[in-house]
Amino acid sequence: MEKKHLICIGCPMGCPITVTLEAGEVREVTGFTCKRGEAYARKEVTNPTRIVTTTVRVEGGVSPMVSVKTAQDIPKGKIFACAEALRGVRVKAPVAIGDVVLSNAAGTGVDVVATKAVAAR
Amino acid sequence: MNTYDIVIIGGGPAGLAAAVSARDAGVERILILERDQELGGILNQCIHNGFGLHTFQEELTGPEYAARFIDQVQERQIPYLLNTMVLDVSADRVITAMNKTDGLFQLSARAIILAMGCRERPRGALNIPGTRPAGIYSAGTAQRLVNMEGLLPGRKVVILGSGDIGLIMARRMTLEGAQVQVVAELMPYSGGLKRNIVQCLDDFGIPLKLSHTVVDIRGRERVEGITLAQVDEHLKPIPGTEEDYECDTLLLSCGLIPENELSRSAGVDLSPVTSGAVVDESLETSVPGVFACGNVLHVHDLVDFVSQEAAAAGRAAAKYVRGELETGEAAIPLKAQGGVRYTVPARVHPHRMEAEQVVRFRVGAVYRNAYVSVYFDGERVSRRKRQIMAPGEMEQVVLKREDLLSRPDLKAITVTIEEA
Repeated sequence: MEKKHLICIGCPMGCPITVTLEAGEVREVTGFTCKRGEAYARKEVTNPTRIVTTTVRVEGGVSPMVSVKTAQDIPKGKIFACAEALRGVRVKAPVAIGDVVLSNAAGTGVDVVATKAVAAR
Repeated sequence: MNTYDIVIIGGGPAGLAAAVSARDAGVERILILERDQELGGILNQCIHNGFGLHTFQEELTGPEYAARFIDQVQERQIPYLLNTMVLDVSADRVITAMNKTDGLFQLSARAIILAMGCRERPRGALNIPGTRPAGIYSAGTAQRLVNMEGLLPGRKVVILGSGDIGLIMARRMTLEGAQVQVVAELMPYSGGLKRNIVQCLDDFGIPLKLSHTVVDIRGRERVEGITLAQVDEHLKPIPGTEEDYECDTLLLSCGLIPENELSRSAGVDLSPVTSGAVVDESLETSVPGVFACGNVLHVHDLVDFVSQEAAAAGRAAAKYVRGELETGEAAIPLKAQGGVRYTVPARVHPHRMEAEQVVRFRVGAVYRNAYVSVYFDGERVSRRKRQIMAPGEMEQVVLKREDLLSRPDLKAITVTIEEA
């Protein structure tokens, strides 16, 4: 039996939730106040994911950087690999919101897309 | 001198939403004045996601949220001037501004919407002892450098203040390869969202030290290190608790100050609590025809609420321009009591209210299982239980126009926290 302790992010309550795991399976969730807390805790201990947001350099644009995000959430453990994969990426202006700047980032199967339009200089 | 129906000062989220709603209410001659080189305001540097859940039912990044409103402004062909600094606003609504192409110029407006936003509290306002080397930035300045200019302000970082910008920058600097050693917070609680504490600090193993502050900054040319100390219940450093940190950068995330120099020059009454204008239900200030919305009015937690408030200001300014805002009615004051720090609006004219009036406020401490109560004079008219209220989040109550109209002798409305 393994116990994991987390703080719920659903609201400012910040409920301290304890999840009991056995062989990777959730056996018990305690400490939550509402359904959102239980759902968050189950996901967070079995498959924690995040949207990663960062920037990449733009060539020939009115601004030197364009903001980007992963089009879907990716496993939490891949955050740094994703940031690393984007470090060398350069895109050419013009850039439109939604343009793919890197496909299948760090083997996640998720594309990284622009979140801002950058006109050509 | 050019004359406009409505001039909006500031092209950030508040100014954009106000412009769109004023145009949709039928106002033709609108002009937005923006000092930066693009519309969108602070959202342009807030590249993280989490914006727009209320407005668009999806999680957008800051630039995406801004783009939705910029598109609406452009679809409506609302004119705007960029790189334009407003220098003065007079009580008779003459605006003095300047930019590189037009030089110094004046405009006359039938109504003005103040939407200038905030600036960050700088080191000079924090009384931190020590030398004055390079490497001390407000968190928002660092955010602009990293996200818009592509520059990393430093590699070994300490952050003072656990407001959301500080937390977001802890994660951002970490992702860019910097080592964020600690976030120190003077208060015994964080002013930031739980979600940001978990996803910006815990995810990366960055410690949050509550009840701690910076008591020394070292380094002549560049920051070489800082000293943290624990503070007591009076927020005074406790001798013997000092800890030294080596770092080349100190980020300050210690609060936002509404940028109200122009409001002051127009003679607008300001609240000592919010540092923003005192407004009524129409978001009208003490100066007739001058309206305020967004963070220049009071610091918001969510941009969605800025957009809602600014849209209301735009509708009210449109009514004012058409002469439809009733005048002469005495305002009923709203009193903030028992842990409620302030209310926006601070007074209401019942006949000018929309059917439902949202009253927003913040509390001064963390409250659990307490009630938000509204009194009409001595009579309690509503009581709502809240599991938790915290200073970092805005709260609201809703007043109904019909309830106020049915009480013609009402003298004052009180919003208060009552503990169980």
